[in-house]
Amino acid sequence: MKLFTIARRNIRRNARRTALTTTAIAVGVVALLLFGQFVITTVLGFQTNTVRRTGHLSVFHAGYFDFGAGNPGAYSIADYQSVMRLIQDDSVLGALADVITPTVTLYGIAANAQIDATKTFVGSGVVPADRARMGRWNEYHLEPAHPDSGLSDGDISRGVVGVGLARVLGLCHDLAVPRCPAPPVTTATGADAPAAVTNVSELSRRETGTPAPGGARLDLLAATAGGAPNVVNFVVTRADPQGVKELDDAYLAMHFALAQELLYGRGAHEAVAIVLQLHRTEDLARAKARLTGLLAAHHLDLEVRDFGELVPFYGQVIGLFGAIFSFVATIMAIIVLFSVINTMSMSVMERTNEIGTVRALGLRRRDVRRQFLLEGALLGVIGATAGIVLAVLCSILVNRAGLHWMPPGQSAPVPLRLSAAGIVPLIGGVWTGLVIMSTLAALLPASRAARMPVVDSLRHV
Amino acid sequence: MTDRSPAPNAPAVRLHQVSKTYDLGTVGVAAVHDVTLDIPSRRFSVIVGPSGSGKTTLLNLIGCIDTPTAGTIEIDGRSVAALTDDALSDFRAHHIGFVFQTFNLIPVLTAYENVEYPLLRLGLTPARRQELTLGMLDAVGLLDRADRRPNQLSGGQKQRIAIARALVKSPAIVLADEPTANLDSHTGAAIIALMQRMQAMSRTTFIISTHDGQLMSHAEETYHIRDGALES
Repeated sequence: MKLFTIARRNIRRNARRTALTTTAIAVGVVALLLFGQFVITTVLGFQTNTVRRTGHLSVFHAGYFDFGAGNPGAYSIADYQSVMRLIQDDSVLGALADVITPTVTLYGIAANAQIDATKTFVGSGVVPADRARMGRWNEYHLEPAHPDSGLSDGDISRGVVGVGLARVLGLCHDLAVPRCPAPPVTTATGADAPAAVTNVSELSRRETGTPAPGGARLDLLAATAGGAPNVVNFVVTRADPQGVKELDDAYLAMHFALAQELLYGRGAHEAVAIVLQLHRTEDLARAKARLTGLLAAHHLDLEVRDFGELVPFYGQVIGLFGAIFSFVATIMAIIVLFSVINTMSMSVMERTNEIGTVRALGLRRRDVRRQFLLEGALLGVIGATAGIVLAVLCSILVNRAGLHWMPPGQSAPVPLRLSAAGIVPLIGGVWTGLVIMSTLAALLPASRAARMPVVDSLRHV
Repeated sequence: MTDRSPAPNAPAVRLHQVSKTYDLGTVGVAAVHDVTLDIPSRRFSVIVGPSGSGKTTLLNLIGCIDTPTAGTIEIDGRSVAALTDDALSDFRAHHIGFVFQTFNLIPVLTAYENVEYPLLRLGLTPARRQELTLGMLDAVGLLDRADRRPNQLSGGQKQRIAIARALVKSPAIVLADEPTANLDSHTGAAIIALMQRMQAMSRTTFIISTHDGQLMSHAEETYHIRDGALES
């Protein structure tokens, strides 16, 4: 029925109106694609940082997730090496996992004897080589690999603290931390003086008997799994900002062996968790199911948690951006809807006589409806395609503009880049969505055109 | 395309006590009232009457683009009263050709495409469509204007294209509503001559509404209508 030819020529015939409508659609596409790219880049960047820090999956002793924070020693994995071997030897998990590493999480008090300062800490004991490898995870090619973790496989006493912890413990000068003021001098004496810290320091020196290598020194005090106090020397090589103040004020990363020594003392050295970092995040559900099944099959009283459960903020960020994107998409869809409805309504009004003519020539109502729907769809196709081209150009401009911003969970501004990762599904979704919206917008005028009595249409001047 | 094997002497159009009343709120206006009429096939028939007499309404009823409020209509031996809207569309597509006062060509299609347009619903091969379209353009003397759009044609040329479009599918009936009203007398005369020639050539039933005296003088059958009723 030459529907396409007529649609195409009518769109070209009303060039100005077509230009206005397709521009509205194109602007919608540009807005959605740029914002969508920004959301994807932000979420993937956040995911990259989270996965580098926590891995994709963590295996804990059953109950650790709910109760272990109060007593990590009581919820440890005793024979963690066997569990790691079990995971590594599994044909599926062995292939999916890039890093399988044990960790110890513990809580204690850090003391700087030189200025009599103390602060509670949340310690993370990791295998430096494994941690360095995890820091290079970059599935989406977004973030530069994390710099040196500050830990050393050869020297278990060295580690890293959060900038907030360094500030409280007066390490800023020694660690050359920028924008980090020294603590005010206190004159507390007698009952208020931190006498226990001195004792801790002395206890540490007595127990280890070896001086720590160069760097800012701390004494770390924690209760062992058996409940006895334990102290180790710790050399702070660097202070890294953690992005969240609560974490920044308490974070302390140390060698896995040192953490074991602090948490388990002279008892059996265990691990609090086994962390798996996968090659690809899309394998997460599969790996989690496989790992859960594997542990259950071997009757191990262990539980598996993914990084979304360990870092609820990750889910919140995705939810927030998703909601904003949906809001923007809704606004754009409404603009497109009304723009196309207006254009198609004018077209129907102008072509009322033509509608009567083609109906008299034998076209059915549904042919008329199809004609106008096709024109609406064609407007959507032209506008959405033009929008994609514009969005790509804008994206290149933004990436070359040298803009910076502070993403959620980051401690320092990063270059604002609109990544190409995940762009194809986004383009496909936005293009299809707006073309469908444009077609649906034409439905009302098209149905009105189809319902017109032939005689009335022919009478229309 | 219409199967040309009507019963001998069967009328092309048979109206029996046909009325059409338009409901204007509280008032009903009878545009056509109790018309009973047989229009013979393969003739050049003219419906004559002053403006507002019901000529166009009668033509619309015969053309199945309007439905009567009372009475029955048979076109080419088939009652159209019970046909659904889709069936009426199909019926028009196959059996009825229209020529309008204002030409009503589709502005975005060329002359060739306008003439070809009715054939697209008939399931013909592209080659057959081309053959029929070119033949009809040749018959109306506009083969050299085949690629022109309607806005590039004169009024007379547009009406020639409209006649070609009406006849290209060889319908049982061609209905022309005041086909010369928008043309000057010279062009109008040419169009009348063309319609007569085409009618004689195709042996199609032509039913024309008009108050053009020039056109009336060429009629084989003339029906007078006044105030919605036929005059004897």
